[in-house]
Amino acid sequence: MSAEPLKIRMEARNLNFYYGAKKALNKVDIACYENRVTAIIGPSGCGKSTFIRTLNRMNDVIPGARVEGKVLLDGKDIHGPDVDVVELRRRVGMVFQKPNPFPKSIFDNIAYGLRINGMRDKRTLEDVVEKSLRGAALWEEVKDRLDENAFSLSGGQQQRLCIARALAVEPEVILFDEPCSAIDPIATAKIEDLIETLKKRYTVIIVTHNMQQAARVSDYAAFMMLGELVEFDVTEKIFTAPTNKLTEDYVTGRFG
Amino acid sequence: MKKSTSKNIRQMFGFLALRICLYLVLAVVLLFLYDIGRKGGGSISWAFLSQAPRRGMTEGGIFPAIFGTFIVTMITAVLSIPLGMCAAIYLNEYAKQTRLTRIIRLSIRNLSGVPSIVYGLFGVILFVNILHFGTSLLSAGLTLGLMTLPWTITASEEALKTIPNSYREGALALGATKWQSIRTNVLPYAVPGMLTGTVLGLARAAGETAPIMFTGAAFFLPMLPKSLEDQFMALPYHLYIMATQHHAILQVRPLAYGTALVLIVLVLGMNMTAVIIRYRLRRKQR
Repeated sequence: MSAEPLKIRMEARNLNFYYGAKKALNKVDIACYENRVTAIIGPSGCGKSTFIRTLNRMNDVIPGARVEGKVLLDGKDIHGPDVDVVELRRRVGMVFQKPNPFPKSIFDNIAYGLRINGMRDKRTLEDVVEKSLRGAALWEEVKDRLDENAFSLSGGQQQRLCIARALAVEPEVILFDEPCSAIDPIATAKIEDLIETLKKRYTVIIVTHNMQQAARVSDYAAFMMLGELVEFDVTEKIFTAPTNKLTEDYVTGRFG
Repeated sequence: MKKSTSKNIRQMFGFLALRICLYLVLAVVLLFLYDIGRKGGGSISWAFLSQAPRRGMTEGGIFPAIFGTFIVTMITAVLSIPLGMCAAIYLNEYAKQTRLTRIIRLSIRNLSGVPSIVYGLFGVILFVNILHFGTSLLSAGLTLGLMTLPWTITASEEALKTIPNSYREGALALGATKWQSIRTNVLPYAVPGMLTGTVLGLARAAGETAPIMFTGAAFFLPMLPKSLEDQFMALPYHLYIMATQHHAILQVRPLAYGTALVLIVLVLGMNMTAVIIRYRLRRKQR
């Protein structure tokens, strides 16, 4: 850990979330530090995906969804009336559970985010595509076939493509929603290595149902159950000396 | 392991029954096509396709009817393709899924089941009488357009539904606006399906008689229509007259079969076009 005090980049304060009448998150408080990986763990249906999707307001599109409490990005409420959700989503990137390349070429996938923001300059696009693919450790594998359809890549490559696509718009925070649940162990290891590198430049938040993964990649971990935050601490502490009995039972594999 | 014979026999009979059903349908279609082909094939010639009817339609060709059907179908397309696609985009992408949108959607589905004669009468009232477009190409085209709209909307909406949500979400997560995500990441992949459904609807419209017989189609015209306000001859109406209303019914029968054959080939051709459009666009995306 650095000598300087860590800066909180993104923070949920007393966050409640409802799908219609059903309450999915109950008074969640989590702080995510800059240049650190924060893992959200917990059994299926505990609200981890709901939580991470409130951080870039992806839940806005769900009919009947409602948020109470605050989500702060650099101290500013992202649900504030003057916040442009489009700009928020550019600053807070997201990688989904299932790799979701667009049915376009590899190049066009990465350039997508820039193009919708009006970038037309071919040289800049080429530079950003290369930089992003390098950032996602995919450049060497695809540099000779950027014109090929992204669907021709393997599952693990597709997921790294999605990471590169997210990097291309220069976000500050990257959200990973169970990024490895649909890919094989070797590809998973590559993505975990990548997350390790990414935290040098970004704030990383990852939802995972794989506890080993959380232990391997994260600096902080939040254990959630039934929509509530049970425990939030340094990862090592969560896994070796949890204060809550439920956390202990979960991380030792007694349920979940 | 011993084979379970009774299970296998049952499976065999099951598939046999399914196969017989298919052959029955196929047999009816082929018989129908064969009959029309045999009786109408003799009338088909370049003169038949390129000349106007002569001597009270007992001689000559059907060119004015082919021309009329072509033009009226174009008018139908111009009305129903953009309007139907836009309505479908709004319904599927923007409208909140409430009770009201469900009722609207159900009404649209029901409209596609309304008999075409009802559209015809509606067209007379709206376009001919109220809007004073007269019995004309325009009135008939708009009436057919109204009739195809429910199909266009339904087919377009189905095409939009086949686009995975992950394309929309993926675009939004990169900072796209909703419209950007639809325009750049949904429509390009939905348009082939939308067009296919639409062209199938147009093909049906091209073969309809009831909506055009009061709104613009004429029994016989000495010349081709010169503007949208003129009446026109059309293949299905021509066929109807030749088959049921002509004074020398036996004499014109081969010509009627010939007309039927041309109409079927035209509709088949449009359906094939739809298939080809879809194939081309899909391949371009790969």
